[in-house]
Amino acid sequence: MWATPAAPGAVDEKVSPMTGKFLPRESYLPNRPGYQLLPFRFERWSGDEILLVNDVGELVFLAADLFAALVAHRLEPRETTYSELKAKHFLADTSPSVPIDLLATKYRTKKSFLDGFTKLHLFVVTLRCDHSCHYCQVSRVNEARSKFDMSAETAERAVDLMFCSPSRVLKVEIQGGEPLLAFERIQQIVALCEERNVHEGRALEFVIATNLVPLSDEMLEFMRQHSILISMSLDGPELLHNKNRPRKGNDSYLQVLRNLTRAREVLAHDRVSAVMTTTKESLGCPTEIVDEYVRLGFVSIFLRSISPYGYAVRTGEALRYETDQFLAFYKAALDHIIEINRRGINFVEVYAQILLTRILTPFATGYVDLQSPAGTGVGAVAYNYDGGVYASDEARMLAAMGDESFRLGSVHDNSYEEIFGGETLRALIAGSVLETLPGCADCAFLPFCGADPVFHWRTQGDIVGHRPTSAFCVKNMAILRHLLGLLRNGDSFVRDLLTSWATGIRSHPVAGAEGVARP
Amino acid sequence: MSLPISLQGKDLTALSGTILGRITSTPREPRADHILKLESRPEDADLQGYVAVITADRWDEALGLKGMAPVVHSVTGLEALADGDVVSLTPGGHVRSLYRINSPHNALFATERCNSFCVMCSQPPRSVDDSSRIGELLRLIDLIDPGTRELGITGGEPTLLKSGLLRIVERCKERLPGTALHILSNGRLFYYGSLAQQLAALAHPDLMIGIPLYSDLDVEHDWVVQAAGAFDETMIGLQNLGRFGVPVEIRVVIHRQTFRRLPQLAEFIYRNVPFAAHVALMGLEIMGFAVANLDELWIDPVDYQHELVSAVQFLACRGLNVSIYNHQLCVVPRELWSFCRKSISDWKNDYLPKCADCRARDDCGGFFSSALQRRVSRHIAPIV
Repeated sequence: MWATPAAPGAVDEKVSPMTGKFLPRESYLPNRPGYQLLPFRFERWSGDEILLVNDVGELVFLAADLFAALVAHRLEPRETTYSELKAKHFLADTSPSVPIDLLATKYRTKKSFLDGFTKLHLFVVTLRCDHSCHYCQVSRVNEARSKFDMSAETAERAVDLMFCSPSRVLKVEIQGGEPLLAFERIQQIVALCEERNVHEGRALEFVIATNLVPLSDEMLEFMRQHSILISMSLDGPELLHNKNRPRKGNDSYLQVLRNLTRAREVLAHDRVSAVMTTTKESLGCPTEIVDEYVRLGFVSIFLRSISPYGYAVRTGEALRYETDQFLAFYKAALDHIIEINRRGINFVEVYAQILLTRILTPFATGYVDLQSPAGTGVGAVAYNYDGGVYASDEARMLAAMGDESFRLGSVHDNSYEEIFGGETLRALIAGSVLETLPGCADCAFLPFCGADPVFHWRTQGDIVGHRPTSAFCVKNMAILRHLLGLLRNGDSFVRDLLTSWATGIRSHPVAGAEGVARP
Repeated sequence: MSLPISLQGKDLTALSGTILGRITSTPREPRADHILKLESRPEDADLQGYVAVITADRWDEALGLKGMAPVVHSVTGLEALADGDVVSLTPGGHVRSLYRINSPHNALFATERCNSFCVMCSQPPRSVDDSSRIGELLRLIDLIDPGTRELGITGGEPTLLKSGLLRIVERCKERLPGTALHILSNGRLFYYGSLAQQLAALAHPDLMIGIPLYSDLDVEHDWVVQAAGAFDETMIGLQNLGRFGVPVEIRVVIHRQTFRRLPQLAEFIYRNVPFAAHVALMGLEIMGFAVANLDELWIDPVDYQHELVSAVQFLACRGLNVSIYNHQLCVVPRELWSFCRKSISDWKNDYLPKCADCRARDDCGGFFSSALQRRVSRHIAPIV
């Protein structure tokens, strides 16, 4: 759809006959007239335009009359639209077995995030924390109480369980609370994994999700030696960050900045990334938050929606209002990011990047929070400090709030088979296949989207949920529409920029007429 | 630069069949496999053990030595053969080079047969039973210098040899383990997954199959290759090769009948063959059927710049390795120069007189020699 269209009359040009031994084009037309439709979903894009998307995410915009002609089997082979639909496997005019084989290969590629089973393993080494963020109901601020720490034995069993996963790639994400407050446990887990991996030979990766405040030189040196990545919390400029993330002395921002510099010096600039949490306070300052990330030398930001965990459950109008506010915030921030890129600075919005990769490439994305079936358990799993195993980080947050619905078992009491083959996970997966969910099964955006059963359980009391009132659905539909609109109507800079996010190829190898050189 | 060599001499006593050997101009041990090339007839030499002797001198009577190697004499142009070249000698005194050690463009010619009949084929197929080639090629592989960087396998359609092709690839892996192998195939027989699987099972360390795709639409592709169902077979063949991990290259010949959907073809390749290791967008070679069909096929490359830029840009921005073959730099937009390769084999490569003044000549792939007499772009001009 974004390749330059053919000159008109591409297919039907009359060719003078070649020498006798060559047959004319007509000899290679299908034996029978007519065509059959291959599977696709559709949605009204604007007044007179229909968006068609097939199962592998290839899409076509059609004028309403052409769409009517298509489904009434009145489209003529000589029409450019016919060729486009055929080449993108929306229709077949010979035996459909070859297009279906090609679609099957593409479908397998799109679903390849399922290969190897659980890749991301979250270790909650302690619930203790030196911050008392409003949006976090998990942490325990009393730093002395070690009963919220993971024991050495629990860590050992969790590592054993992780290595039961058949995945060739194992990503170990160490979380809290503030995990650096239990640094000995981190050291133990890293050592256990590395020792074990001498024989296992997996692709191991370590990330510590930290507020960065308790960071010591000794810790940094350990991280350097073991190639550990840092994912730090940064909510925006000083005022906002400190408001969102209170701690004794109200100096979180200053501490974070000081340690960010040290961490980059020791580990290398690109070994430290940041995540932000959007709060009600954040909604008013999209550009300030983005500017803060750019100013501090980050190359990307993930604009995460307001988490429903930790707040009182919001429903109905209140939730709808908050979602609308978030969408306005998201679009403003994205617009600002595009302008920053126009000024020659490479900066990526990661959620858009994930969705664009799904729209513009034949590949899968590993992002566990938006998959079909959901990534719960099969993409990621959380080992809580006490040995409880949860289907996702959100599932263990729910547990901290007293809801154990998504507890898969315990590292102490259950086998790998019981935890990953048990009824709880089976029900979660069965209930999160978009292709079977009411409101999703016939949605044109399905191939770009995913399920979040834990979110729907939390907000609607049911893992399937009710789409028309789902904040998750409203948000993703709006963002997808926005991105598709930018790809369709944006100027060539915007289209090239968004394409480069999807493909991961930063510098434009060919300078187009309106191309702007980017470093 | 070396040209393919076909020399004529006389056989002293009629050769009993084809003799293959590696040229050496100095006596060497062991002698087996070698053809001793002599400037002049020796007065008294020890010539036993060579597979043959060739010389420019006249040599009409036998030396009378026992176990004397066959002799081809009175060969003109012998100096063109380098030590390490592999030649065949056939009855009547024909000397033909099969492998040239100083050329980067050597290929094994697998068969003259083909199951397609492309409207622009530069080497029109012939329906002949040339299955005896397999044995000759296996012998040739043994004689080729193991230091050879790259070797092509071409035809005709090499996969028509089926198990014969597998034996050739296997022999290359054994004898030439450091030589990259590049097979030109229409890919249709890889529709049968078993052939792709067997080829993959040989685990050649550096093999690529170049497969042409002329359109994103079956009717267009089938018409170009003049074979109903070819598009489907090739597409499934590509999937099979991808599934078994055999590296593939997509080769697109651009001409008047294919240029318009080049951008759509680029998108089709990205969506359906994203595992392609290389995509080559190639200018027309005016040989064979392309001569007969030239009026229907010829388009000045300047007239498809828009489509070419769009396709190259689309593929390159998506991380596909893309090259432009057989185009002169002066007819390609400057922003695409970095994608242009000097792709024309040395023995059929040439330039126009006016190219002498061009500053970009050394970076330019030039012309097929065959094009110069027939048709070149009206925009050829030295870059100064």
